[in-house]
Amino acid sequence: MSVISRVGDYFRNSQVWGSIFRHGIPRDRRTRAMAVLSNVFLHLHPVAVRKSGIRLSFTWCMGGLTFFLFLAETVTGVLLMFYYRPTVEYAYVDIQGLRAHVTLGLLREIHRWGAHAMVISIWLHMLRVFLTGSYKPPREFNWGIGVILLVLTLLLSFTGYLLPWDQLAIWAITVGSNMARATPFLGHEGPGAALLTIGDVALVHAGSDARFGLLAGTYVGPNALLRFYVLHCVFIPVVVSVLIAVHFWRIRKDGGISGPL
Amino acid sequence: MLLLAVRETTTLDRLKHVVNSLCAPEYFVSLTVVLFAVALLWYRRWTKPAIAGTILLLFSIAYFGSAADPNFVKIITKPDNVPITMMIFLVGFFTWLALRLGAVNDERREKGEPLLEAGSDDKVLVWPDLVYTELICLVLCTVVLVVWAIVLKAPLEPRANPSAIPNPSKAPWYFLGLQELLVYFDPWIAGVLLPGLIIFGLMALPYIDKNPRGNGYYTFKERPFVITVYLFGFLIMWCVLIVVGTFLRGPNWNFFGPFEYWDPHRPVALLNINVSDVFWITLPSRYPKLCPWSPGLPTQAALGGIVPAYIVREAPGIALIGAYFLALPVLLAKTAFQKLYAQMGLARYVVFWLLLSWMFLVPIKMVLRWLFNLKYFLAITEWFFNI
Repeated sequence: MSVISRVGDYFRNSQVWGSIFRHGIPRDRRTRAMAVLSNVFLHLHPVAVRKSGIRLSFTWCMGGLTFFLFLAETVTGVLLMFYYRPTVEYAYVDIQGLRAHVTLGLLREIHRWGAHAMVISIWLHMLRVFLTGSYKPPREFNWGIGVILLVLTLLLSFTGYLLPWDQLAIWAITVGSNMARATPFLGHEGPGAALLTIGDVALVHAGSDARFGLLAGTYVGPNALLRFYVLHCVFIPVVVSVLIAVHFWRIRKDGGISGPL
Repeated sequence: MLLLAVRETTTLDRLKHVVNSLCAPEYFVSLTVVLFAVALLWYRRWTKPAIAGTILLLFSIAYFGSAADPNFVKIITKPDNVPITMMIFLVGFFTWLALRLGAVNDERREKGEPLLEAGSDDKVLVWPDLVYTELICLVLCTVVLVVWAIVLKAPLEPRANPSAIPNPSKAPWYFLGLQELLVYFDPWIAGVLLPGLIIFGLMALPYIDKNPRGNGYYTFKERPFVITVYLFGFLIMWCVLIVVGTFLRGPNWNFFGPFEYWDPHRPVALLNINVSDVFWITLPSRYPKLCPWSPGLPTQAALGGIVPAYIVREAPGIALIGAYFLALPVLLAKTAFQKLYAQMGLARYVVFWLLLSWMFLVPIKMVLRWLFNLKYFLAITEWFFNI
């Protein structure tokens, strides 16, 4: 017996190891099943899956990649929050500083390209699920959760777009949020808004409509920056995390990766 | 030698000129629709790896060869446009892959052979079979992401300046299909109603599609209608319009070919007309015998003031839109959609028509704009209610 394997045995027989891993090295069916069952992250999977279901040409791994990109965005996003202050005075300067002074200043690049990649990968995931008919019973509900996750992914990307506070950011958000002005009944330039009055007082105007709610103002300014920051870093990621848990759980409950019945 | 060089550039210039004109939205969208139809009709032929590979090769040569043109390279190398190049190739590749697998499965079915995905009883353990695939994907994706981040800096333009409005002002690239629709529709339709209907429609899809076949495997033959509608929506109405909005729309949202300089001072004549203009003015002045009313928009309320003037004015548009949304579905349920209607029942059919009619109102209006400069079917500007 070599020294290495003896040291290995020593650790694997220790109380610490035994308290973390409740099973031996996954070499046979039983311990391999245990490896999945006794790990909170791995147990998002079932113990066994259909062989054809996990073929790369069938799933394209796009859902998994989207999830991975979400994790990568979370990690780089948290690191970015150390360097970034969401105020009109500092936002742009902080990004410049991040670029110039921070060691391994790739954070922002990874975060931004990862976000674009995530938008594309979630579209392709949806395309795959659609073309294999995997939204059909019993998976209708989970498809709906997936649609909400897709919309939230776009909203995550959209709210993040404002944060560098450069010309690209504010004008893209201005163009995007101007749409809210035209919301039927809820936007002051939308159809029907003029009907919502009490006497002569208009209920829906530039200072009370859907766009105002989104930007906390009538233009993309400091309030909008703070609002988008909070939505981007806290609110939407939390909602997305919860829905991802539901999405993964329902994959298992609805019969696992789809396949011919 | 010099002469030859001159002649070569002129041929290339002529070619670029042809491509520029073909990229005008009316031709670009129409051509992609024709390509789309051909691709679905002959999905078994062109998806064969040799043919598809040749198509990919030729397209890549044309696309990256075009980067020799200074105007084209300016568009595709804008940092936030890089994902669009990625989108074009990835969406193209995966559409091919899905149709290819569908074609193989359809052929197998016809010959009575088992599907690619058959053998659903063969189970493998997640550890190691799935976990290991996931690990490889994760590592590859990390490598791609890090290399991408090293090679290409994230864009940072000058500090935000509320008084310097860039021309053109564009939304983030994934919303540019919707922004492109602003050319044809008012913001309440392009920016609110259509996105809302897309989300609602996608969520409603599993409850409307009652076809039990094609559950869990690639196929085209067993569900041609729903796949055609979905791919039309995703490929043409979403991805192609993103490409138009990003690559082909320059200052003042005017159209510019891929090899054209973005000149902010180019004048564009805009003379769009409403259905009410056609009905009340053009028709009676051109065909006075057939349309015996005097040319001019009605300004008087009718029926003793009960029907306001704008309703009288928009009556032809109301009739048209009403017929499209309310009469056409009844007609279709009795004819082309008879089987579908029987399968769906009334409630599902109503939702189905709501979604399908709005989806196809988009290309219908685009075509009418290109052909007749149509502005609005229905223009009650008094309420911001224009369709």
